[in-house]
Amino acid sequence: MRSAPEERAERERELERLEQELARGTGAAEELQEVLRARAEALREELWRDPTPWQIVQAARHPQRPKLADYLQRLFTDVVELHGDRLFADDPALFCGLGRFLGEPVAIVGHYKGKDTRENLHRRWGMPNPEGYRKAVRVMRLAEKRGLPVIALVDTPAAYPGIEAEERGQAEAIARSLLTMAQLRSPTVVAITGEGGSGGALAIAVGDRVLMMQYAIYSVISPEGCAAILWRDAARKEEAAAALKLTARDLYAFGVVDEVVPEPLGGAHLDPDAACSALRDALSRALAEVQALAAEERLARRYDKYRRMGRFGVAAPSPEPHTPGV
Amino acid sequence: MLNWLRRPKYESVERRDLPAGLWAKCPRCAQLVYRKELERNLKVCPKCGYHHRLSGPERLRLLVDDGTFEEWDADLRSEDPLGFPGYAERYREAVERTGRGEAVLTGRGRIAGVPAAVGVMDFDFLGGSMGSVVGEKVARLFERAVQLGLPVVTCSASGGARMQEGVLSLMQLAKTTAAVGRLHDAGLPFVSVLCDPTTGGTTASFAMLGDVHVAEPGALIGFAGARVIEQTIRQKLPEGFQSAEFLLQHGMVDLIVPRAELKDTVARLLRLLRCPEEADGA
Repeated sequence: MRSAPEERAERERELERLEQELARGTGAAEELQEVLRARAEALREELWRDPTPWQIVQAARHPQRPKLADYLQRLFTDVVELHGDRLFADDPALFCGLGRFLGEPVAIVGHYKGKDTRENLHRRWGMPNPEGYRKAVRVMRLAEKRGLPVIALVDTPAAYPGIEAEERGQAEAIARSLLTMAQLRSPTVVAITGEGGSGGALAIAVGDRVLMMQYAIYSVISPEGCAAILWRDAARKEEAAAALKLTARDLYAFGVVDEVVPEPLGGAHLDPDAACSALRDALSRALAEVQALAAEERLARRYDKYRRMGRFGVAAPSPEPHTPGV
Repeated sequence: MLNWLRRPKYESVERRDLPAGLWAKCPRCAQLVYRKELERNLKVCPKCGYHHRLSGPERLRLLVDDGTFEEWDADLRSEDPLGFPGYAERYREAVERTGRGEAVLTGRGRIAGVPAAVGVMDFDFLGGSMGSVVGEKVARLFERAVQLGLPVVTCSASGGARMQEGVLSLMQLAKTTAAVGRLHDAGLPFVSVLCDPTTGGTTASFAMLGDVHVAEPGALIGFAGARVIEQTIRQKLPEGFQSAEFLLQHGMVDLIVPRAELKDTVARLLRLLRCPEEADGA
């Protein structure tokens, strides 16, 4: 008898094989392809009815998952990228610019993961250096000055861990961006579209509304990093993914995200048009809601929202101070 | 002699607690120091100047005038919102061992006569990590300071966000930062003292948003962990990387102050920033 997880893993492998074959074009007769497609559909249905956290991690990191470039193309018009932090350099890992969302001018900030290795080498896999965050602060301040809303699209493994990043104050750059977003008078709507990798993600993810795609992840540490710390074994990443409660459903339950944006069964990469369309609708609704508020009211609510985050208790009053080791 | 040879290697680099007994071995110069002398010297090695880590209460004794500290929010206790493996046990162990409820102590007190809202972190308590309670206490510290018109002084010593509370810990970065913003809006000063070590989410939130950044000599201060950086760039890190001196050189801290001068320096800064002294009995 095989265990349920083994059987599940086997079906996952079968689905992966089928998807690859179908994508390649099997060369088989149309009827046979039809059979294969039906089998893939049935497997997907079964596997994604109740996906494991690790399945979701894989969908969030899927190489074909829609990236910032796809969203820029499908959700915005008139896009003008703005470069440089005016202090040191431009950071291609963090896109900043202006554009129109449903016809209205907005400022856009977002992590830029590339489509292939060449682009990723240039964009540093969407892992910003301090310059990226300082550029984002500059562009958000411009939005504030001109009364534009800010739309932030989050998809990064982490802020870049490098020597130069530390030399130029990665921590300060992230902290400053957090402070800017907490106080910005502009309406801000954030969407976690792929990987929300800790402080490097949060730095541009403080907003009046935070949306999260159904199969995106958002966590204080990667499952691999967590497993390495907890069990000194990065291979136990699947257990760590479950322990970290990093799925959209978990985050919604914790009150960390305001809305979960549905994705096509199995992930946004299987139907990018449908995924983009769902995100457009959710962004547009969220933006309309927060734009309807006066700036002071919006800022007060934003503060209260973050102020309430976290879970803790209060100790029963003890008559005597506790003595350690007794 | 043979005993000495057989001694496990890690002892020489262990820098957390001083071993029990009359003598303490300095982790930097490896010299044996009479423990009482070390205590008298504010836990700074008299031979090489190494600043041993201080617990929260030790830090308070160093910084705040005797008998003036009034603690806030001591009754907040962490829960285990994720049901994270081993967290409840580790938390209980930390509470029992330290006799404290969390990794930060907050309250008001006088620093060489100048009233301030003070927060000191405790690396000894789960690595000084910031979970929901630490974030809440720090946020309340800044909010109360605004209500009372007090400056804020924090002494950070923290490995960053607490993994065991997952994304809720991450949100404490946003929460504490927003609270710092209210202090700035109120025109009140914030002196951030960066102690060994201050890394990760603590550095990337309130600790790096001070009006003045003071660091202790040799303190490790940074965002990413050294091992993560080495694995990413596949090269050895330069000597002194992420040290207080490195940060001073790169413009991230204003001054490095030896422990014996910390209290007077912080008080002088506060007075220069027009924070009034308070007479006894006021």
